[in-house]
Amino acid sequence: MSYIIDRRLNGKHKSSVNRQRFLRRYRDHIRKAVEKAVNDRSIKDLDRGETITIPKRDIHEPVFGHGRGGVGSVVHPGNKEFNAGDKIPRPPQNGGGQGSGQGKASDHGEGEDEFAFQISQEEFLDCVFEDLALPNLVRKQLGDMTEFQIKHAGIVSEGTPSKLNLVRSMRNAYARRMVMSGDARRRLAELEELIQKLEQEQASGRTIDDTQLALLREKAATYQQKIDKTPFLDTYDLRYNHHVKEPQPSSKAVMFCVMDVSGSMTQETKNIAKRFFILLYLFLTRNYEKIEVVFIRHHTSAKEVTEEEFFYSRETGGTIVSSALKLMQKIIKQRYSPDQWNIYAAQASDGDNWDDDSRICQQVMEDGLIDLVQYFTYIEITPHDHQSLWYAYEKLQSAYSDRFAMRHILDVGDIYPVFRELFQRRLHEQLNA
Amino acid sequence: MSNSTLDTLLPQGPDWSFDSIRQYDDAIREIALEFGLDTYPNQIEIISSEQMMDAYASVGMPLGYHHWSYGKQFLEVEQNYKRGRMGLAYEIVINFSPCIAYLMEENNMMMQALVIAHACYGHNSFFKGNYLFRTWTDATAIIDYLVFAKRYVQECEEKYGIQEVEATLDSCHALMNFGVDRYKRPVPLSAQEEMARQDERERLLQQQVNDLWRTIPKAMAEVQERETDRHFPSEPQENLLYFIEKHAPLLKPWQRELVRIVRKMAQYFYPQRQTQVMNEGWASFWHYTLMNELYNRGKVTEGFILEFLQSHTNVVYQPGFDSPYYSGINPYALGFAIYSDLKRMCENPTEEDRYWFPDVVGKNWVEVLDFAMRNYKDESFILQYLSPKVMRDFRFFGLENDVLNNYIEVKEIHNETGFRELRQRLSQQYNLGYRDPNIQVQRVNINGDRSLTLRHVMDHERPLNDDTVEVLKHVRRLWGFDVRLESWSDGSLVETHHCSNNDPYGIL
Repeated sequence: MSYIIDRRLNGKHKSSVNRQRFLRRYRDHIRKAVEKAVNDRSIKDLDRGETITIPKRDIHEPVFGHGRGGVGSVVHPGNKEFNAGDKIPRPPQNGGGQGSGQGKASDHGEGEDEFAFQISQEEFLDCVFEDLALPNLVRKQLGDMTEFQIKHAGIVSEGTPSKLNLVRSMRNAYARRMVMSGDARRRLAELEELIQKLEQEQASGRTIDDTQLALLREKAATYQQKIDKTPFLDTYDLRYNHHVKEPQPSSKAVMFCVMDVSGSMTQETKNIAKRFFILLYLFLTRNYEKIEVVFIRHHTSAKEVTEEEFFYSRETGGTIVSSALKLMQKIIKQRYSPDQWNIYAAQASDGDNWDDDSRICQQVMEDGLIDLVQYFTYIEITPHDHQSLWYAYEKLQSAYSDRFAMRHILDVGDIYPVFRELFQRRLHEQLNA
Repeated sequence: MSNSTLDTLLPQGPDWSFDSIRQYDDAIREIALEFGLDTYPNQIEIISSEQMMDAYASVGMPLGYHHWSYGKQFLEVEQNYKRGRMGLAYEIVINFSPCIAYLMEENNMMMQALVIAHACYGHNSFFKGNYLFRTWTDATAIIDYLVFAKRYVQECEEKYGIQEVEATLDSCHALMNFGVDRYKRPVPLSAQEEMARQDERERLLQQQVNDLWRTIPKAMAEVQERETDRHFPSEPQENLLYFIEKHAPLLKPWQRELVRIVRKMAQYFYPQRQTQVMNEGWASFWHYTLMNELYNRGKVTEGFILEFLQSHTNVVYQPGFDSPYYSGINPYALGFAIYSDLKRMCENPTEEDRYWFPDVVGKNWVEVLDFAMRNYKDESFILQYLSPKVMRDFRFFGLENDVLNNYIEVKEIHNETGFRELRQRLSQQYNLGYRDPNIQVQRVNINGDRSLTLRHVMDHERPLNDDTVEVLKHVRRLWGFDVRLESWSDGSLVETHHCSNNDPYGIL
């Protein structure tokens, strides 16, 4: 006799614990691969899983075995031309598994000395943003204009028919019926047994007391009546699903991308900036449910544009950074009240600015913009010396070190390290986290 | 056997259903019984390909303790499978009573029937009949023991931390092949007893160990006695893990238990490592025989049997040594050829067979095969039954590779003068004693630095591989004191490895 069992519905990720253990053990390798991927990948598929390769020797589990040397012996199939006593020149290194017979000596051309495996998108991003934290992550509470979420809040005995909870109601009705008619049922059953017995006796010819039988029948009838009177469903059996509106802390964020598109910004610089913006965007999506992105580009004047325009259209002319900051301030006032929105800003520039403007920028920031945002990051992408804007911002940084950060980027390879630096989990946040 | 099942076609078509699987299983069992195959009850489980990969990763065990190396295995299988570099095996079968066979849902009806014949009647009867399995494993207890092991490891992880537990297991795994008793019969596993005795054992073990390492001075008479008894162990010990479990001075009780668990697992797999050719050959021979019998009895169509033959041919295909697909001798092919040839010799012997196998010729083939299956392991099976015809068919040739020469010599080929030596050479290839180096515990310096000396006796002057240093670190970690490994050849010391790093992994 064989038992045939369908196991397909059993869990299929039995190995996931072991897989996680493996990933943890080779975390450093994975970290390196991820870093490389972030720098090398085209921007469009930055958030994808990744193939990680680890040198085989690093994950090798050692065992005692025979090494090369000594007198090896092996039997192979498929002889064509050999004869006993033939001497075959030893193939150059690496070529023959003859040494120890068996074993893993592969004759498949190149040995496979890389161990490759996939990590999922989730794992990839986990690794990218590992140990990073959004500074000043505050879930904004609102006064009266709270967002609400309808939540299930138990079962109540009053409500509208549309919210009737059938299962609960029927269960209550059943319990009530048992309680109310249970006693009557039991008595009825006893009586019926008695009646039956008497009837049988009567049928078998014995004389019995007719009045007693009639009395019993009458009694039985009253019990039956009592049972019948118990309603199948009563009003106080009814139960209703209860829902409440719960105020929700806002988890909306808006991200301002500010970029200089003046003539001095080349496409390459813009690409570097774009990578930075995308990393930030991905990072924000992990922390907030809803994210809006506002693109502001500027040369001498600033303009809100679409993503496409932002990254690819070219402009010429001089640079006035403050125009962008002013526009940003305006947009925040109009659409993104800081009460409701978590505001992040990332600015990328090659450092060029109209000479007098840098002071104005500092002014605009200090006069209120910096208080509106959660975190403002500035990256300067230039191989040259810093100009006035950098120095103006440096003053800001020292004054508002908790919400303003700036870094200097030379080429693509700097982006990820700089990004990590900017968002490194800080001590006090670690404690709160 | 009811007449109604005779001459009626089993369900056709590529799709299987639970009902059709049952019908095929019934039909195959009927035939298997006629051939006298004695099996454990079968438990056929239908699983998905993902589950098959899980099963792969845990060496076919339905449950095992957690360890990163299984994760590695899983990733490797998954990667190869996804890239189409590797098909999954059609089945996995577990030596357990009832014998559990996994069937993949992707298989078509023909494959399911093949797998049932192969696993549920082939492997199953092998597990039940072969002397190695009968002696070394207890099919009724293994699952319970696995449950116990898994739980125990998990408890250890909770108490002592995942890292420490994994580190200890790493070290044990490195010595897994040296954790078996090759000659002594082990006590069968019993999860219940294991658990019941566990506490007691922990206490006793520690006491025993403490005894060995007692440093308090004793009365003179006893000291005298100790002087003579100074050589410990009195005889070399081949089971390194056993020795460590019983005598390592610094292991904590739970670590000893982990060593024991790994040792028990190694012991369980030991027969499998020694009967690959026999076991796979036996299963292949029977799926071939049983399926053909289904056809002969008109239970399956011509199309079905042709499809089967194609799969079967793939299974028992042996590429030549110069083929890009060559990766050693295919145990399915070799085993199948030997069993089939045995049957042929019983039924249609040639002159050659009469000379080589006078005991086999003309006998009842079912009995001859049954005897062969029960009483041998790969090494002796090949030595006993590999016929000149099979050697010719495989075109075997033997090579000898002496590092002192700049050539590799063809010692013998598949001809009259070479048969015996060739067979000897091939048999040796399946001898675990030849494949694994011979390393034994030689000496423990009890009164001195507590160092452990292992002795490697070189076979054919073959040195140890490059892993040796790493493995010694693992031995060092388990033993807790210096470890020395001496390689001896012909009575002279050739090489010494020494691992004295105080804390090679910074863990213990």
